[in-house]
Amino acid sequence: MTDWRPSCSTEVLAARADMLAATRSFFAAREVMEVQTATLAAHGVTDPAIESMRTADGRYLQTSPEYQMKRLLAAGAPSIYQIGPVFRAGEAGRWHNPEFTMIEWYRVGMDAEALMREVADLVDALLGPSDYDRRAYADMVGVPVESTPEDELDLRISEAIAKLSPARVFITEYPAPQAALARVEGGVAARFELVVDGLEVANGYHELRDADELRRRMVRDNALRREESLAEIPLDEGFLAAHAHGLPDCAGVAVGFDRLVALKLGADGLAAVMPFPAERA
Amino acid sequence: MATYATNEFRAGLKVLLEGDPCTILENEFVKPGKGKAFNRVKFRNLKTGRVWERTFKSGESIEAADVLELSMEYLYTDGEFWHFMKTDGSYEQVAAGAAAVGETQPWLKEQEVYGITLWAGDPISVTPPNFVELEVTETDPGLKGDTAQGATKPATLSTGATIRVPLFVNQGDVLRIDTRTGEYVGRVQG
Repeated sequence: MTDWRPSCSTEVLAARADMLAATRSFFAAREVMEVQTATLAAHGVTDPAIESMRTADGRYLQTSPEYQMKRLLAAGAPSIYQIGPVFRAGEAGRWHNPEFTMIEWYRVGMDAEALMREVADLVDALLGPSDYDRRAYADMVGVPVESTPEDELDLRISEAIAKLSPARVFITEYPAPQAALARVEGGVAARFELVVDGLEVANGYHELRDADELRRRMVRDNALRREESLAEIPLDEGFLAAHAHGLPDCAGVAVGFDRLVALKLGADGLAAVMPFPAERA
Repeated sequence: MATYATNEFRAGLKVLLEGDPCTILENEFVKPGKGKAFNRVKFRNLKTGRVWERTFKSGESIEAADVLELSMEYLYTDGEFWHFMKTDGSYEQVAAGAAAVGETQPWLKEQEVYGITLWAGDPISVTPPNFVELEVTETDPGLKGDTAQGATKPATLSTGATIRVPLFVNQGDVLRIDTRTGEYVGRVQG
């Protein structure tokens, strides 16, 4: 018989609901406004390590609400957050599902330091309080960052992250080529990640505001895509124009909600905390 | 030649690694937030039984191994090879060498059914059932009524294997043996 049932129990659904409610109260208490941007959009991310899914009409399911949330900020929105689905092609495994729930927020006037404190506060609110350590990227990978190929760095950082358990650790001082959309200060990216018990749960930036630098990075992304025979992504001119108009000084972060639920419940993978993971959705 | 890409990896897949047939035990998709994806894979080498761990970049491929797992009945040994027969009615036979039979040799009993792994048609490993029943061919006389906890003596079985048995076991008794531990489980009522 067709297995139509969800893969998680009603108790897990209740835990998800409680954690969503707790997240909304957390932001309400801090006067961060909830927004909803489009899940399906004309443009996709250029990052060569992230593949978008495309619909039959050529549009892109969003891999993160970042581009549109920044357009809101440039248009004058105050600090904002969003909880919603994001999609990534080819990401399937114990700790990956092609569709997952992301909590993403932007804090006007904050820098990476202040935002890390807020991320810790949210994680404390959802998982219970704990201590937070701090490690520099270079110290984590244990090889000279400048002279090591990026593939090897990716492998080393992943292995080092998996060993950070049990612990809550912020990784900071990312190499400049891995800045993504973070500004680069003093030769390193103003980017951080939070690892909880060996799992990456948050990725944050003191956001890049320079429209010319943003365009250079997106063009470079496409050059890397060409080298790797990946589809080039047309540049999102609306996103670029919003930066030319002016993004306020802000810091932003994305948190994987399903991973937090799994950590809260001690689950051994995402399938146990999602009603319909990809293989039965 | 058939190959499997990393996105097709799953437990149970048979592949060639460094020239040896292996089965995938675990496949973990790993991806840093902003970085390239890869697969951390655990394999069991089907020839040696050893577990290997390898990391592949996503998109890499490895060659498929022509591996079949069959149930076959043990017939006899000619001293050099151990002969097995298919149980599908074809009466087709294969001859397994000492390397394939390995540690299963003491548990080989005629007419019993074993798991045979064939690589390109040749047997590379023989897996016994979890329990086999074998006759005691030699042991010290049993002491009737002696059920002292933990006291044991050696006994030789029809296959030549020697195991520890309780004192009350006699020559001619048929014993149930756990092949995973090589331990006595109980006497089979004749």
